[in-house]
Amino acid sequence: MRIHRRALLKGAAAAGLAVAAPAVLRAQGALFRLGLLTVKSGPLAQGGIQMEQGALTFLKERNYMMGGRKVDFVSADTGGNPAGAKTKAQELVERDKVDVIVGPLAAFELYAISDYVREQRMPTLSLAAADNLTQRQPNPFLLRASATSSQSMHPIGHYAATELKLKRAFCITEDFAFGYEQMGGFQAAFQKDGGCVVNKLWPPLSTPDYTPYVAQIADCDGVCQGFAGSNPLRFMKAYASAGLKYPVVTGSTGGDDALLKSYGEEAIGLISCSPYTLDLETDGNKRFVDGIMKNHNTIPGFYAAGIYMNCQVVDAGLKAANGQSEDKEKFMAALKTVSLTDTPRGPIKFDHLGNVVGTSYVRRCGTEGAKYGLKLWNKTIKTYENVSQFWTWPEQEFLAHPVYSRDYPPLTKC
Amino acid sequence: MTFWVLLTVNSVTFGGLLFLLSAGFSLIFGLMRIPNLTHGSMFMAGAYLGATLLAGQLGFSLNFWLAAVVAALAVAALSALMERVLLRRLAGQQLAQVLVTLGVSLMVADICLMVWGGDPISVDNPPGLGGFVRIGAAALPLYRMAVIVIAAVFAIGLWLMLERTRLGAMIRAGVDDPDMARVVGIRVSRLFTIVFALGAGLAAFAGMIGGPILSVYPGLDQDMLPLALVVVILGGTGSLLGSFVGSIIIGFIYNFGQALLPELAYFVLFLPMVLVLVLRPQGLFGGQVL
Repeated sequence: MRIHRRALLKGAAAAGLAVAAPAVLRAQGALFRLGLLTVKSGPLAQGGIQMEQGALTFLKERNYMMGGRKVDFVSADTGGNPAGAKTKAQELVERDKVDVIVGPLAAFELYAISDYVREQRMPTLSLAAADNLTQRQPNPFLLRASATSSQSMHPIGHYAATELKLKRAFCITEDFAFGYEQMGGFQAAFQKDGGCVVNKLWPPLSTPDYTPYVAQIADCDGVCQGFAGSNPLRFMKAYASAGLKYPVVTGSTGGDDALLKSYGEEAIGLISCSPYTLDLETDGNKRFVDGIMKNHNTIPGFYAAGIYMNCQVVDAGLKAANGQSEDKEKFMAALKTVSLTDTPRGPIKFDHLGNVVGTSYVRRCGTEGAKYGLKLWNKTIKTYENVSQFWTWPEQEFLAHPVYSRDYPPLTKC
Repeated sequence: MTFWVLLTVNSVTFGGLLFLLSAGFSLIFGLMRIPNLTHGSMFMAGAYLGATLLAGQLGFSLNFWLAAVVAALAVAALSALMERVLLRRLAGQQLAQVLVTLGVSLMVADICLMVWGGDPISVDNPPGLGGFVRIGAAALPLYRMAVIVIAAVFAIGLWLMLERTRLGAMIRAGVDDPDMARVVGIRVSRLFTIVFALGAGLAAFAGMIGGPILSVYPGLDQDMLPLALVVVILGGTGSLLGSFVGSIIIGFIYNFGQALLPELAYFVLFLPMVLVLVLRPQGLFGGQVL
């Protein structure tokens, strides 16, 4: 294929302009660059797409201004794996020169980029859990307004033992960090209040059919599931197909409000504990939900709310720092002082390790109270205020034991 | 006891679903000598289209079976188009054809994500098949038993087609020796299009049939394609009996392997494939169509 000289010159000029453009734009006013690490393909896409919707809704609401500066928003798709997360984090930091990173989605992604963002002194407001990064291996450049993996599971473990009066729980979740930490949290709180976990199963993240696992659920009086993305839907279907009737409890991802439109009868009775609940009747939540519905024509859940709130924190932090984000340590310090009351989840503030302290909502899935054209609805039945990542344990005692993992806490004879 | 009964029945069901998926893959591989990497995508596309038709989102709603058939025909037609426009241009270059199918599968995955979003879609059991059959303490979903029957019906149908029709004879000849078949006057390239469309249609049909069991979600294609590959390598390419036997074997290994040896689940699944490739590369029934 012959390229004519004129076409070559035109092409070169266009390419040169494209390369020079960012430098030209950068020269005009102090643009604030917001980078989002999300997942838009694979089994975690369900949450990842919503994360972007949460960010865009916030930016549209504020007319793309944060802390008095115009915002340049960059979204990166990590693919939902640690290597991809690392690559995209590098792109955001080194190529796009962002001022703050919001995200990533998955715990294992956060573990993969933690050292890098610390090295680069890049303020990161994570949605991902990954307990240890605000516990025994704290990252000073990390802030988390959502929850640690176990933060939503402690209350439900307590609720299951004290209110549902369960004694023998069967745990099942995906075979990765988020799953281990969730079940660890559930088990610790459940055992503290007199319950016992009979077994823990870990199906791989990609499992087409959960029947082989559901077939093993027996000899218990309740099930705790911690699935994320699309998996809770498929697990609950397999569970109902096997005719099992034990009460099922779950955390923020297993009972996510965004799944309400996809769930069927199998979800009725599901009890979940989440830092965000769609049925919270406050102005902050109403503004958020209306924004998502107007901009994206969909019902939001935990993922969208988490990123929206992270953006609120960035905005408040930037205002507290008088619009200055160049001094990373000062900016981080300002972000850590943020305490908001008008968020979709209610009041939030941060502990000295950078993790959120806020309200946890226990909800029951049913048909009562359904709004926005949904058939199912998560109705709040109990509220726990000022829930920190340590639940009711003193901080030192909590940090003295190892991080929740596949083998910790160990299974005991029930 | 419940455990064994439930898993045995589910193994046969899953095997049946795998047969519907991999029969087409096997024929395409045997005849055209290319592993069709869009096969998982066709499964997923059939499931998405079928679910949409069932839910009535296009203004009209079809019943479950009609939705499955229409989705299968739609995917078959699009696949025939792909074969004629893309694959035929690369006739004789097998590697290029494989890469094209890989590329198309990635495109289909992204298109499905754009059209249907990231949320999983639940497919209800067809009316009448929503209940349970109780064997002892085990509750076996009626629909899963129905899938076994459907797979058996299709197995017999495909066998009859290959054994008793002229088309079947031409396919068998093409699988045995495509050059000789051309010499004898069989229009092998037209056969390619027909078999490709047939295989794709079967995969799409399987996708919808699997809907009530697996649901439809992004990543379904990548979950199912390796299983089809393992079945076909185990059973032998181009062989219907091989697909059938291979599917049942893999159905059992998948279910019992995941339940009894969860740490080694993937290892157990791919081990028979590795053994077959080392000891009997043509597969259990490879080298013969039936």
